Amino acid sequence: MNIKKLFNKNIDLMKNSPYIPATNSDQSEMLQTIGVKSFEDLLSDVPKNLLFPELKLQEMLSEPELVDYFNDISKKNFASKKKTSFLGGGAYNHYIPSTVKAMIQRGEFLTSYTPYQPEASQGTLQVGFEFQSMIAQLYEMDVCNAGMYDGPTALAEAALMACRIKKNNKILIHDSVSQKLLDILSSYSKWQNIEIINFEDIDLNNQEDYSCLLVQSPNQNGEIIDVENLSNLIHKKNGLLIHHAYPISLGLIKPPGQLNVDIATGEGQSIGVPLSFGGPYIGLLTCKKEFIRQLPGRIIGQTVDKNGKTSYALTLQTREQHIRRENATSNICTSTQLIGLMVSVYLATVGPEGLKQISKTCFHRAHYFANKINKINGFKLISNNFFNEFVIESNVEIKEINHYLISNDIEGGLDISDGKKNLILFAVTEMNKPKDIEETLTLLRRIHD
Amino acid sequence: MIKKTLPLLMDQSKKGRKSINLPEIGVEKSILPDKKFLRESIQLPEVSQLDLIRYFTNLSSLNFSIDTNFYPLGSCTMKYNPKINEQISAFEGFSGSHPNQSDEMVQGCLEVMYNLQNELGEITGLKCVSLAPLAGAQGEYAGLLIAREFHKFNGNNHKNIALIPDSAHGTNPASAAMAGLDPVTIKTTSEGDIDIADLKEKVSKETAVLMLTLPSTLGLFEPNILEITQIVHDHGGLVYADGANLNALLGITKFGDLGIDICHSNLHKTFSTPHGGGGPGAGPVMVTKKLESFLPYPHIKKEKGVFINYRPENTIGRLNGFSGSFGILLRAYTYIRSLGSGGLKEISENAIINANYIQERLKSHYNLTSSRYCMHETVLSATRQKENGIKALDIAKKLLDEGFHAPTMYFPLIIDEALMIEPTESESKETIDSFIDCMIMISELSESNPNEILNAPINLPVERLDEARAARNPILSWKKN
Repeated sequence: MNIKKLFNKNIDLMKNSPYIPATNSDQSEMLQTIGVKSFEDLLSDVPKNLLFPELKLQEMLSEPELVDYFNDISKKNFASKKKTSFLGGGAYNHYIPSTVKAMIQRGEFLTSYTPYQPEASQGTLQVGFEFQSMIAQLYEMDVCNAGMYDGPTALAEAALMACRIKKNNKILIHDSVSQKLLDILSSYSKWQNIEIINFEDIDLNNQEDYSCLLVQSPNQNGEIIDVENLSNLIHKKNGLLIHHAYPISLGLIKPPGQLNVDIATGEGQSIGVPLSFGGPYIGLLTCKKEFIRQLPGRIIGQTVDKNGKTSYALTLQTREQHIRRENATSNICTSTQLIGLMVSVYLATVGPEGLKQISKTCFHRAHYFANKINKINGFKLISNNFFNEFVIESNVEIKEINHYLISNDIEGGLDISDGKKNLILFAVTEMNKPKDIEETLTLLRRIHD
Repeated sequence: MIKKTLPLLMDQSKKGRKSINLPEIGVEKSILPDKKFLRESIQLPEVSQLDLIRYFTNLSSLNFSIDTNFYPLGSCTMKYNPKINEQISAFEGFSGSHPNQSDEMVQGCLEVMYNLQNELGEITGLKCVSLAPLAGAQGEYAGLLIAREFHKFNGNNHKNIALIPDSAHGTNPASAAMAGLDPVTIKTTSEGDIDIADLKEKVSKETAVLMLTLPSTLGLFEPNILEITQIVHDHGGLVYADGANLNALLGITKFGDLGIDICHSNLHKTFSTPHGGGGPGAGPVMVTKKLESFLPYPHIKKEKGVFINYRPENTIGRLNGFSGSFGILLRAYTYIRSLGSGGLKEISENAIINANYIQERLKSHYNLTSSRYCMHETVLSATRQKENGIKALDIAKKLLDEGFHAPTMYFPLIIDEALMIEPTESESKETIDSFIDCMIMISELSESNPNEILNAPINLPVERLDEARAARNPILSWKKN
């Protein structure tokens, strides 16, 4: 009787929670052991008048109702019916192999915690070590951490890392870097007395030193930048070169490690992670060996157990917030480990030859598409030396173009019009089949008919 | 359990093996970029599909997880992660949605986000919500930036001190430092409550914000919460609540009613999204009306029946590339919808009863840090066992051997040999009883045969590791033998 009273006047005890095993009799036994008459007796520290407020939430749904409800909502998204998509700008529609989808469903990976107890977490730790190894190899950098939140935050943290290494708060930005990446860098650095300066605005002959130069290649218009040349320039100013690179492009383009880059970052979404409306993704953060003690985030190292057996553990933890508190390299407390699993399975699935194949397919299909659009009256190709994304100038408003494509179930490009010119950024991946490209070209030609 | 070492993929690799067939280029080829831009070779593993699947599957079996073990890991809220959440997040209309689409193309995603904003606002009593932060620590950082910008907006740029209890999670001072705030430590009592005298001494017109965790990191509800928020408000400061322990408060009380101005919630704790071995999480930030215009963007509004992404007027800015950790937000919203108001309240009720039950049954075997009833977790101290040479760490390792994940050890820092136990609502009385019995057995063993504890674990894939060696000589990636 007590139990009923204490729980909720009108709600029957077990009615609402499929995720609670306790029965009424379990409850009363436990309360009896604790030595209280009612649940409320356990809450004596909570101000009485503020206890049990009304919660006006949406109604509870049974499992089949949940499926229907969310199915209906998901259909309000264009994604549920799109034929093909040319949208990029930081997130890309690449194929996700069945192997990735299968491994992500393993509860032993999905529902485990941060591997603070290494003896009970060797699976997670070894996968993390594979992730660090494969990303380091893909970027040809010495070391990689276990993962950041996403690409933009990885770049922002890399810039802060360079400031610590160089004990210099001046960050140079190359014009290849997108506004979005700068927005996040600004949110991360705003209150740390950091100066963000455009590379184009400085005189390279001045006497100033800088902590680093940030370069995005392929740049925000898809163009491949001469990063090596910029590395040499910034090194003369005693600064580090930070290269933000699109991982898929590294199947074709020289990796940061061959370009004298000091810290390299990337958005890991393109290698095995669904678009999922912007997240969860994973930030890639790699660097030269000498900087590891300034790396933020989790790092997994190889060691041995007391019998000498190879094993893995979180390491270099004295950099981190749970030990260094306000003197930590960052406040980050996650490694986006599960997404790291997806990336690891992805890279192991495609292998070196598969990655080259995907990268080349993106390149050639993009160039084919761009060159054909360039031949249509009213469209002009702006990007040079690009990888799989390119800018087209149009004499028709971009909204109009995209609207027309969408009415044919095709997702167009990103509208990057600047007020003066109508500009559209198209991204092409291995998911844009040759017949999709031809159909889209036919539609684009019609716009000018 | 597999005892032999599983060789790394690069050591299994053999040229010519592959796991997938990919499409041909299929169009007329173009001229490649200049040679100086091109890569010649890539080093990645070459393995067959079966070998790859077997490798990762075998690796997974080396883990403890919620799906396989009880995880009484304090402050981490290792509750069951419902399978329906996973199923729904994989719907093509969600997982295939590109984040750069215009609002009218993603009304479904925006509707989910808008509804979740409302639900979290109602649950916490802080009605203005941004879902942008990608994890708890980023939510904290967002909350502090909001406090910063709010004071600046009101001409109070001198407010640059964050008061932080000594019992706080490490991310609190780390986030404060990133937000350019000077962390000042507030003492807590032996029970982890804020020392009011110390607070009164340290609060000043420079106080930007007090960061507190509620329930505290000792699992207790702060009994002076109303007085504390009043003191800080009297000095023009704001009160930020770390929502890491929100699993104790669903339908029990609301942050907003207690005088708290800002909080975050770890959706991977209270709202059942999977921990994934250490992320991804999500850390939405909730604030009062007067702070709404400072929220990070994007933020979702509904106008004339249409959902729109917008940028609040005085926003602290952007915290990530797109719209936040949407896949995680969707799982959390599914969870809330599967429970409703009544179900959510039962979650907290059962989490609290389970924790008190463990506390009561173990209090004659381990030292308790407080004689009060706890909320959703209890902190024990192994000081008694330490007299026999058994530390919290050793107890943790023995538990692993018995098939239970260890409690959180050595946190909060103010408690000697701390073992922080959070059973959550997910576990049955039978599981909880067997855990308690195991804890009692270990305590008895600490007197009768401590060596058996010191040798643990022996039943796991590896025994105790040489962690010092890993740090001294870091091996962080595969190297050719």
